[in-house]
Amino acid sequence: MTTTQKRPIEAPVVDVDPFDHDVLEDPLPMHEQLREAGPVAYLPKYDLHAVARYEEVHAALLDWQELPSSAGVGLSNFRFEKPWRPPSLLLEADPPRHDAPRRVLSKILGPRALRKLRDDWFADAEVLVDEVLADGPEFDAVESLSTVFPLRVFPDAVGLLPDGRENLLPYGDHAFNAFGPANDLVAKGEPRVAELSGWVSSRCVREALTEDGFGAAIWAASDRGDITPQQAPLIVRSLLTAGVDTTVHGISAVLYGLATHPEEWRRLRANPSLARVAFDEAVRWESPVQTFFRTANGDVRFGDVTVPDGAKVLMFLAAANRDPRRWADPDRFDLTRDPSGHVGFGMGIHQCVGQHVARLEAEAVLTALLQRVESVEPAGPPRRHHNNTLRALDSLPLRMTLA
Amino acid sequence: MTAAAPPRTTTVTLAVTGKEHVADGVATLTLARPDGGRLPDWTPGSHIDLVLPNGLTRQYSLCGDRWDAHSYRVGVLLETTSRGGSSHVHEQLRPGHLVGVGGPRNNFPLVPSERYVFVAGGIGITPLLPMVQQADLLGADWQLLYLGRSRTSMAFLDELASYGERVVVHPKDELGPLDLAGFLGEPAEGTRIYCCGPTRLLAAMETACAGLPPYTLRTERFVAEEQGAPARTAPFEVELARTGTTVTVTPDLSVLEAVGSAGVEVLSSCRQGICGTCETGVLAGRPDHRDSLLDDDERAAGDCMYICVSRALTDRLVLDL
Repeated sequence: MTTTQKRPIEAPVVDVDPFDHDVLEDPLPMHEQLREAGPVAYLPKYDLHAVARYEEVHAALLDWQELPSSAGVGLSNFRFEKPWRPPSLLLEADPPRHDAPRRVLSKILGPRALRKLRDDWFADAEVLVDEVLADGPEFDAVESLSTVFPLRVFPDAVGLLPDGRENLLPYGDHAFNAFGPANDLVAKGEPRVAELSGWVSSRCVREALTEDGFGAAIWAASDRGDITPQQAPLIVRSLLTAGVDTTVHGISAVLYGLATHPEEWRRLRANPSLARVAFDEAVRWESPVQTFFRTANGDVRFGDVTVPDGAKVLMFLAAANRDPRRWADPDRFDLTRDPSGHVGFGMGIHQCVGQHVARLEAEAVLTALLQRVESVEPAGPPRRHHNNTLRALDSLPLRMTLA
Repeated sequence: MTAAAPPRTTTVTLAVTGKEHVADGVATLTLARPDGGRLPDWTPGSHIDLVLPNGLTRQYSLCGDRWDAHSYRVGVLLETTSRGGSSHVHEQLRPGHLVGVGGPRNNFPLVPSERYVFVAGGIGITPLLPMVQQADLLGADWQLLYLGRSRTSMAFLDELASYGERVVVHPKDELGPLDLAGFLGEPAEGTRIYCCGPTRLLAAMETACAGLPPYTLRTERFVAEEQGAPARTAPFEVELARTGTTVTVTPDLSVLEAVGSAGVEVLSSCRQGICGTCETGVLAGRPDHRDSLLDDDERAAGDCMYICVSRALTDRLVLDL
C-alpha cells in the first residue's frame, strides 16, 4: 500500500507552477516569491515542498542522509512510480551504491586528468572562432558557438564514433524535461524516447568507444574491478546525458552575460585570466540547471517547519544563486564578484562531476574570442528555450567588433 | 534538518567530544566540529590526518557511522615504540581538546561485489569495520576473519557480535596460529578480499592469494607511525609567481584566503578539499596536502595543491598564480 496518512502542511503555501511556460520564460519573480515565503514553501499544484534560499538549498544539497536521491531527483517519486529509464548510478543513487561510480568518474573527469585536453581544446576553440568570424561579425551564438563547440570536443573526449552525435542534444533535453511533470515539454520528447535511448545505450558499450577516451577509462575501471561490468555502460550513459546540454547552455549564458554587460567584457579583455570567474559567475547568474528534487527520508526539519517523510523537495539552485541574503546585488552579472560557493553545479556528494570539463570548454571558447574580438553586443533579442530543468537560450544574435 | 552555514575557508579544526578505552592499548576518539556542523563525507576505507596539539600528524582510519554527518570516530592503538603520536593520543588528549584534521581520503575503497572476505589483524580492524557494515547493508555474502594477540587486545568485538557466524574471531593466545590459505580455501568467482593489519599479515595474505585473479586482494598497510615532517604551526610565505607578490599565511588563514587578500581571486567551490575547483600549480616548496583528491603518487609529485585546505611543509611555497 502506498497510501499515507495525510498530515497538515506546515509550510507556507505558494500557489505557483514552476513548469508553466510563462514562468520558464522568466522565473525570477517566482524565485523571489518563494525565497520570501520562508525557508521552505509548499506548492499545492504538485504536492511538493520547495527551498529557494541559499542557506537551505546549500544545506539540502549536502544532506544525502535526510534528503536522498535514490527516490528520484525529478518530480516522480521512485518509491511509488517506475522510472522512465533505469536509474542513473550517479544522479539517482545514494551511498553506498553511489560511492564506486562516483569515485571512478571523479578521477576520470578530475582537473589533473583534463590537463592533457587543454591545449587541444584551446586550439579547437580558435579554429571554431575563426570559422565563425570568417562568415561575418554577426551570428547567432547559440547556433554557431555554444551548440557547436561542446559537440565538437566532448564526444571525442568520451570516445564516441562520429555517427549519430546529433542525437545527444535531443536526448539530453528530454532527460532534463523528464525531471519535471508530464507536461507538453515531456510529451514533445516522448515520440523519440525509445529511439534516442536505444542509440545512447548502443554507444555505451565497450566496442562502440575509442580506446583513449573517458568511456574507455570507465571500462578500464571495470576491468580493475573498481566498478562492475554492469555499471560501466550506465556510467558512460551519465556522461552522454548530463555532459552536453548543460555545457551548451552554460556557454550561452556567459556569452549572454558578456554581450549584455559591455563593461564586464572590457574587464575580461583587460584580464583574460578572469575567464574562469566569468563562466562561474554566469553559472551563478543564469543557473543553466535551475532545479533538482530530493525526497524526504523521514520527517525533515527546515527551521520551524517539518517536511513529512516521503515528500518531494524541490531545490531551486537558481533562486539560491540570486538570494540577496548570500549575494550582494545578486541580479548583477559582475566579474569583480567572487562567485565561489554558488550552487549552480550543486554541492556535496552529487556536485556536478563534470564541472571541470564545463569550465575548460568555456575557458577555451572565451579565450579564443578574446584574442579576436574587441567588443560584443546583442544583434537582436535573444529567444529562450523552455525546459523543465534547464535555463536555456534558443537563439542569441550577437555582433562582434574585431580586434 | 539544520541549515548549516557553508564551511569557512580555514584549516579544519575539530574538537575531541569523546574518548573511550575499548581494548588493551586501544582508545577511540570521537571528533566533531566545535560549532556542531556537518563534517565532510567519507566512504569506508577512508582515513583522516590528525594534526595533534604537539604538532605531529598521524593517519587514522575512520571507523564510525557515515550516516552520522556530525561526528568522526577513529581507533588508536598505543604503539610500544611510539614516537609521540599514539602516546599523545592515549596520554594527553582529552574531550574538549582541539585537533587539526585533513581529508578524509580513501586509498582503500570498497569496490562493488556480491562476495567479500575481510581479514583484519589487530588495529587493522578499523577500516574494515565500516566495510563490514556496508557489505551487510547491501546484502552481500561476506565473512570477516579477525586476528589478534588476545581477546582483550581486540577492539570492537561487541559491535561485531551481532553479525553472528559471519565473523570469525581468532585470538592467537587461545587458538594458536591460523592457516590463512586453509581459511581462504578457493574463494568463489568475483570475491574481493580486503586485508588490513601488520606487514607480516599482509605478506602472508599476498602469498595466500598469489594464485587468485588480479585485483582480488586489496590491502592497506597499517603503518605503525608514519615518518613525515610535522605539520607547521608557524606562518609560511606564499610567492605568487605570475603576480609577483608574496603573502604570509598565518595559522588562522587558508592559503585561498591569504591569496585572496592579496587581490588574487582563485575560484573555489566546496572549500573542503573535495571538488577540485581551486587546484593551483606548485612551482617550488612542498605542500602539506589536506585534500581528499590526490592519491599518493600525485601527492608525491607535489606539482599542484588545493589551496582551500592544503598548506605548506616548507617555509615558502611558490604558486603558479
